[in-house]
Amino acid sequence: MLGTGIIKGLAETARNFIGSYTDPERLVTVEYPDQKLPAKENARNFPFLVFDGDDWEKGLRCVACQICEKECPPQCIYIEKSKDKKPDHLGKPQFYPAIFNIDVSVCMSCQICVEVCPFEAIKMDTAFELSTGDRFDALLLRKDHLAKSNDYYNSIHPTEAGEIDARRAEERAKAEAKAKADAEAKAKAAAAAVTEKPPDPTAATAQKTNPDAPSPEPPKAN
Amino acid sequence: MSATDLAANYNTTGKPDSADIQSDVLEVAMGPHHPSTHGVFRMDVALEGERIIKLKPVFGYLHRNHEKIAENTSYLASMPYTDRLDYFCSMTNNWAYALSVENLAGLQVPERAEYIRVITAELTRLLNHTCLVGFLLQDMGALGTPLMYAFREREKILDLFEALSGSRMMCNYMRFGGCRCDLPAGWLEQAKLVVANYPRFLDEFERLLSENEILIARTQGVGVLPRELAVNASVTGPMLRACGVNYDIRKVDNYGIYDRFEFRVPLGDHGDVFDRYMIRVLEMRESLKILNKALAEIPDGPVIDPKAKLRGFRPKAGEAYGRIEAPKGELGFYLISDGGPNPYRYRVRPPSLINLTILEDMCLGHTVADVVVILGSVDIVLGEVDR
Amino acid sequence: METLEEIKARIEAAVSGAQLEILANDSPSGQRSLLVDDNHALTVAMFLRNDPGLQLDYCSNVTGVDWPDKVEKIKTKVKKVVDGAEQEVEETIEKRTPGFLEAVYHLYSMSLKHGPAILRLRTENRTDKVHLPSLTPVWRGAEFQEREIFDLYGIVFDGHPDLRRILMWDGFKDHPMRKDYVEPDDYEYEPTPHAEVLEKARAHLPQPQPKEASA
Repeated sequence: MLGTGIIKGLAETARNFIGSYTDPERLVTVEYPDQKLPAKENARNFPFLVFDGDDWEKGLRCVACQICEKECPPQCIYIEKSKDKKPDHLGKPQFYPAIFNIDVSVCMSCQICVEVCPFEAIKMDTAFELSTGDRFDALLLRKDHLAKSNDYYNSIHPTEAGEIDARRAEERAKAEAKAKADAEAKAKAAAAAVTEKPPDPTAATAQKTNPDAPSPEPPKAN
Repeated sequence: MSATDLAANYNTTGKPDSADIQSDVLEVAMGPHHPSTHGVFRMDVALEGERIIKLKPVFGYLHRNHEKIAENTSYLASMPYTDRLDYFCSMTNNWAYALSVENLAGLQVPERAEYIRVITAELTRLLNHTCLVGFLLQDMGALGTPLMYAFREREKILDLFEALSGSRMMCNYMRFGGCRCDLPAGWLEQAKLVVANYPRFLDEFERLLSENEILIARTQGVGVLPRELAVNASVTGPMLRACGVNYDIRKVDNYGIYDRFEFRVPLGDHGDVFDRYMIRVLEMRESLKILNKALAEIPDGPVIDPKAKLRGFRPKAGEAYGRIEAPKGELGFYLISDGGPNPYRYRVRPPSLINLTILEDMCLGHTVADVVVILGSVDIVLGEVDR
Repeated sequence: METLEEIKARIEAAVSGAQLEILANDSPSGQRSLLVDDNHALTVAMFLRNDPGLQLDYCSNVTGVDWPDKVEKIKTKVKKVVDGAEQEVEETIEKRTPGFLEAVYHLYSMSLKHGPAILRLRTENRTDKVHLPSLTPVWRGAEFQEREIFDLYGIVFDGHPDLRRILMWDGFKDHPMRKDYVEPDDYEYEPTPHAEVLEKARAHLPQPQPKEASA
């Protein structure tokens, strides 16, 4: 009979229609913004800078090495190094970015800046509800907008952030242990030098062997 | 001007021009703003009544000069741009580029990465063919229903890609020597679930469409492409196999680990639109076979070659051409390196552009409504045609 | 498929007068190419397609490449008359190797499932002698790709059925993919925080005139 194919097709459509009342597989509409789809852990949207602790300027992990600026395909990152240095989580003095701008009208969310960063300083955000009324100025994100805390990073990408935190804690422990061992070794060497020298009546050496004089110590890590 | 020796009634003048035609000839530009031309694509047609007597495709509206950008950026930084070539199938674009660079630089890919590549490529093939069937039916007038069913399935695969690479469409996932990162926890189970539910969707689709009299009347015998012309016009992919030519690069080149999987290559008899539609449905079923096996057998191990460098990658001077069977046809990348960090010449061989060569030959003598259906069956994406 | 040397020998036997050269390829892919001279390219292509041993009936990819002029500075010792006495003086001479444009054809066989065989055609220079024979009469698939090479590089293919611009619009001047292409800076722009775009835009738009103070 002519038309059986069409009737079979209509039966299929009817099955989908009736099924959308009973089978959750068939009704796939999510009433956004009242309902939202569950966020995926690995999703990425635009980058942000991670800082440790409470003070975003002091805790910023970025050391302005400019590797992400060089590797960015559309070249949307602009960095200017600072003139002075501040200590990082291992105590070593590092530069920090005086200016760090990302032009999100150009950024294509490719994640290459995250892959090449050696300091775990830039990561991908998942926030996508970013509409703003200003077309020009608000699309250039500066350092203060980009800096978000490590707790926020842990909340959006728990697995990655957990691994990175564990690794950094290990490195810090190692660095502290090394610093302590170095300090002890130096103190021992200084004490050995003091005891081996014979007592000398001259005034020049008297100052050296004076036990009350402060002995030079290596600068302590913060 | 001599025409090619294989197509007799082939109009060789540039634009449709009616200077020497007696009857009423109407010259119309179909597109670039057109709901059925799959992107910003224009066809200058000369119509006699409803019949086409000349058709010249015009494109370049989406030309972003990807090849010149690649000459000024490093090899790694071109990878996100390849996502945007055929924007429906970003994983296969990435794989084709990574394969060409691996040929150029001699990198080895570990086994787990090969399995992941095959899994993502076959999922992409499912995505693309699903989309195509939905869009083809939409162009024929089934306003939305098959398309929505198709997109319902596509969403599940896009969710998988988001969990894997971070982004639904612009994945940027392959690297030279492997993949960017390993599969997250629970991904394999989720993928197995999606693949297990797919045959039910395909059966539903076939019940919905394949016996539909309107579909059969509109597609059988329409847009016939003879075998010799298809081979000579460098047509590849499902369009070629619909004409009966058995040429699937997965079987010919055996790139990756495709020689470990048993799958058939569906071939058509007539080379018309209906054959192309059915070939794609059958290819989806073959992809499911490959996926089932790959998901079951994937080994553990590293996902990237330890010798591959992320930064400062400078392959030796030389050239290489690497190609894969993308869902639309043969996607190839031709790279010439001069030893520097950027390629000297970077060329994309776009399957959609080359499949358009014989659009005119297929459409001559058909009506305007058929042109839309034939163009839908060629399966073009303007991102690839124009680069 | 036979090796490139065997193919070359057979072509030379079949097509008299053809000048062929095998070009090396240092990369691990090992895909060497065959350089063919312009006059015999069409006959060689027909032979490659119709020969029963090769049957290269599928032209997969046609690429254009731009090789600009190379300028080498060579230091040589030249005898010159300096202050009345003949001396050997070191001079730097500029050696200029003329550049050329190239079309590269990747050929495969669908019937015998082998390949690739790579053909190269070179023009004489980049300025006026930029004609090459079109291989579209042999492989129809080269039609759009040769048009693209004409559009982006400027190689004129003789014998092409419909040679006009394909990606750029019809009135476009110059050929964008050449290495010495300079893009015009008066394209349409949108003010973005990128400073250089603003600078270029200021150069082209009329600046607001300062208001004259009323006397």
